[in-house]
Amino acid sequence: MTPAEAIEAARRAGNETFILNLGPQHPATHGVLRIKLTMDGEYILRAEPVAGYIHRMHEKMGENRTWAQYLPNTSRIDYLSAMTYTHAYVAAVERAAGIEVPRRAEFIRVITSELNRISSHLVWFGAFLLDLGGFTPLLYAFDDREKILDMLEAITGSRLTYCYYRFGGVYNDVDDAFLGAARDFVPYMRERLKMYETLVTENLILRKRLEGIGPISKKMCHKYGATGPVMRGSGIAYDVRRMEPYSVYPELEFDIPHYPEGDCMARYRVRMEEMAQSLRIIEQAVAMIPAGPFQTPGVPKSLKPPAGDYCFAVEAARGRLMVRIVSDGKEMPYRVRWRTPSFCNITLFEEASRGMMLADALALLGSLDLVIPDIDR
Amino acid sequence: MNLPEPIRLVAFLVGLMAFVGFNAAYLVWAERKGSGRFQRRLGPTEVGFAGLLQPIADSIKLLTKQLLVPPTVDGLLFRAAPLLVIIPAMVSLAVIPFSENLVARDLHLGLLVVFSFGSIHVLAVMLAGWASRNKYAIISAARVVSQNVAYEIPMLLVVITILMTTNTTSLSEIVQKQAGPFWHWNIFRLDQNPLAPVTFLVFYICMLAETNRAPFDMAEAESELVAGAITEYSGMGFGVFFIGEYANVLVGCALATLLFLGGWQSPIGVLPGAFWFLLKMYVLIFAVMWVRWTFPRTQFYTLLNLSWKVLIPISLGTLVLTAITLKLF
Repeated sequence: MTPAEAIEAARRAGNETFILNLGPQHPATHGVLRIKLTMDGEYILRAEPVAGYIHRMHEKMGENRTWAQYLPNTSRIDYLSAMTYTHAYVAAVERAAGIEVPRRAEFIRVITSELNRISSHLVWFGAFLLDLGGFTPLLYAFDDREKILDMLEAITGSRLTYCYYRFGGVYNDVDDAFLGAARDFVPYMRERLKMYETLVTENLILRKRLEGIGPISKKMCHKYGATGPVMRGSGIAYDVRRMEPYSVYPELEFDIPHYPEGDCMARYRVRMEEMAQSLRIIEQAVAMIPAGPFQTPGVPKSLKPPAGDYCFAVEAARGRLMVRIVSDGKEMPYRVRWRTPSFCNITLFEEASRGMMLADALALLGSLDLVIPDIDR
Repeated sequence: MNLPEPIRLVAFLVGLMAFVGFNAAYLVWAERKGSGRFQRRLGPTEVGFAGLLQPIADSIKLLTKQLLVPPTVDGLLFRAAPLLVIIPAMVSLAVIPFSENLVARDLHLGLLVVFSFGSIHVLAVMLAGWASRNKYAIISAARVVSQNVAYEIPMLLVVITILMTTNTTSLSEIVQKQAGPFWHWNIFRLDQNPLAPVTFLVFYICMLAETNRAPFDMAEAESELVAGAITEYSGMGFGVFFIGEYANVLVGCALATLLFLGGWQSPIGVLPGAFWFLLKMYVLIFAVMWVRWTFPRTQFYTLLNLSWKVLIPISLGTLVLTAITLKLF
């Protein structure tokens, strides 16, 4: 009997349903997400995500500080993939004010963004397996992540919420030590990915838990605006880095991993392969990085972009991230609006989890890789 | 030992309780240290040498914590459940022979005693979940019941094959029948049961499921059910469940040692029997921990399918095979 038939049978038999309150404090929601589940035994009839427990008014805060003062906010929306968020905002403002970015700065941005993407995926990898009851991979993933954080700390000064990109470049030039560390990290991480492949991906229990579980169709992705690994796991090879190229991504070679199955395993594999692709990008970018200035001189401290409406989209670790800024020609933004990937990805949970068992639904939730502050902003 | 019977029993009672308490405390330490090594970290290091006093500190913490009993729970059952977890495990240990002479009560029906007390564990976890009036706890209770019912069947079928080859339910006699070189142990008696190692494996898997250990820890499943049946327990109420869990693992591994690995029989003929018994038992317990820190949790329906579709047919097969082998040879 499929779960859908089971529910129908339960309804016909007059079974009672009950509300199970998953969160806002629950070990599997990794933050303060609350999901109201209507359950029939262990089957989910309806899941209702309740967002807003960590709403911090990041968009409103943009309206009462100058363009540059808003920079630290950007890295606190999705704390795991802070670089890409700063990148989107900085690039949008550069587009508005017509600021050129030196090539060296673009390469630095690509290297740091991709390192950040790997560290973000490593956290997902650990947390996802924690959801599935495997505790050990988490600490191995954090061991690798530590190396990335050390590298980024050396050049940015912070370990998680970076404020490294500035209008017209980056805050600080990278030195040879950083580039050498990034170069050495690539073969090291490739070995580790091989180890994860044999130790975790090929584990029979894991495959049984992920294969065929939580299918998300292409149609569902279009309907809810799901992007990133969730969409690529449903067979749509959409990646902002390729579709709407920005920075120096067009000069770099990388593939867009995508799987047609649409189940949790597909999303798992997409993320694991994205780490390998990010390594490829880092390898090339470190080899190609030119000498030169890391910052365009003469960017005014109090920037006043001409009045207008500007957008910029980047590929964050969780999907398409777009920032829209509206300027009225003053020192402060008129409006800052974020289109965050986690928010769109959680909306499909209601439809995708219908009829699933609780444990499988939590695997599905983990495979969406949600960052709760990114949903609430 | 020539002590009068009542004194001997009291001595054993105290000894067994101390044994369970000591093991619960130091198996936790071993598990924390071991999992630390599996995960490339150190585990407890602060309290005492190599963290050896950590269990003492933990138990003092648990003992001094407030025992919260939520107002909506069924008070009697809520308080009775932890006792029902730990007492059967201790009683089971009374019939387990640690060596030829070191056994509290060598009953003729020792094996049956262990199994009948072992099945109370299900009831206890179910009561804990039911009495807690917590939705997660009730889901956990329902899981525990169907899981333990499903796994008791292959486990008992496997034990019946042992009974057929040894012709006795006394645990001491079962071990005595395995005397001699190590290929006389039941796990290697291929002349009686051609699938003896498989039988052992089935028993071990069932033991993991019966004691709710990973990867079958459906009852606790912390990432799904918060803490399952013991969500509402605090302080020593939780602590007693914890001791009970380890006591059950202890009984399960002791039983596996007695039934399959020759109990106190030494493979090389040196050192006292109790040493060999404990060594074999702790190796099995270490394997339990190893499994826990290596594998993710199974799904609930995979777990039931494994029992009904794989383990029960296999154990039935070995049962028939053993019967045929014994009749023919």
